[in-house]
Amino acid sequence: MSNTSTPPSPPEGPTTDQVLTGFAILLACWLLGEVVSTLLPFALPGAVAGMLLLLAFCLIRRHVPKPIEAAGRGLLDHLSLLFVPAAVGLIDQGPLLSVHGPGLLATLVLSTGITMAITALTLKWLLGRRKAED
Amino acid sequence: MHALLTHPACWLTLTLLAYLVGLSMHKRCQRSAWSHPLIIAVALLLPLLWLSGISYPQYFDSARPIHLLLAPATVALAVPLYANLAHARSMLKPLLIALVVGGLCGITSALLIGQLFGLPREALLSLAPKSVTTPIAMALSGQLGGNVSLSAAVVIVTGVIGALSASPLMRWLGIRDEAMQGFAIGLSSHGIGMTRAFQISTRVGAFSGLGMSLNGIFTSLVLPLLMMVWPL
Repeated sequence: MSNTSTPPSPPEGPTTDQVLTGFAILLACWLLGEVVSTLLPFALPGAVAGMLLLLAFCLIRRHVPKPIEAAGRGLLDHLSLLFVPAAVGLIDQGPLLSVHGPGLLATLVLSTGITMAITALTLKWLLGRRKAED
Repeated sequence: MHALLTHPACWLTLTLLAYLVGLSMHKRCQRSAWSHPLIIAVALLLPLLWLSGISYPQYFDSARPIHLLLAPATVALAVPLYANLAHARSMLKPLLIALVVGGLCGITSALLIGQLFGLPREALLSLAPKSVTTPIAMALSGQLGGNVSLSAAVVIVTGVIGALSASPLMRWLGIRDEAMQGFAIGLSSHGIGMTRAFQISTRVGAFSGLGMSLNGIFTSLVLPLLMMVWPL
């Protein structure tokens, strides 16, 4: 894999340089997001603020720069892996779960079902009304 | 043995291995929601920690590099968010109204029902962002004074519940329109719901991505404001 020899065909995937550049941009957005979040009057996490800034940037530019897409795909393809260290912290939640486990689960089942149903029914009502007007 | 168990590479390696095992088992279970790789990885790691007598802070010290990548990955969510927003153009107004109604419902129903079951304050704060994608939910929960570990678990379980109940619920409600189904599934049960939605059809999947994206933005802006006034 030397850079001196000419490759037989143009590379299809992103280059490692692009991935690194994209990663640097993502980290810079995170930092910028942390700065923005300290200026806001409510508790918006820095990484989420960074995400919103990057989204706004892409919406204004009307495309996602290739390095960001390359680095983003690398991180998001195995996003679940990144939750593992935090999720293992459940080991210290034994006392809470033994008392409130059933209540937690019941809350999740009811709240998720209600949210999904209300969202779907709201859309059905709105779109049904729009069709009736047409 | 103790030196090996507390070596930085030890739990980093085991975490990665547990995830890879989870990934291959998930594929073998036809990518069913209950076999989510995170559930399998945690189920493998908890007994290992318990048997080795390693405390969670000791484990976390070793696995920290993986956790650190969560923040840039959260920033990177802007890429799929941007792609998903393209689907919204055709019916932006009804989708935005459904977003406000559904997004508020996701937060308030979790808080109200949780309070009804007598859940403690920290658990309620961890539950409030449960319908949005895990990295955003964890960041919000941590910022608001919830427990990040509990949030990760609660969000994954929410996704599994949503994925398993989506088809029966839609049939029961008599909702056949694919855009309505997808948007509601993604809004209420994020990425795990979206995986299920793509198994129903590409169109249901695309609209679930949109629902997930919009609710991620909506909840991250509204939840911190709402928690300033919610009586807890």
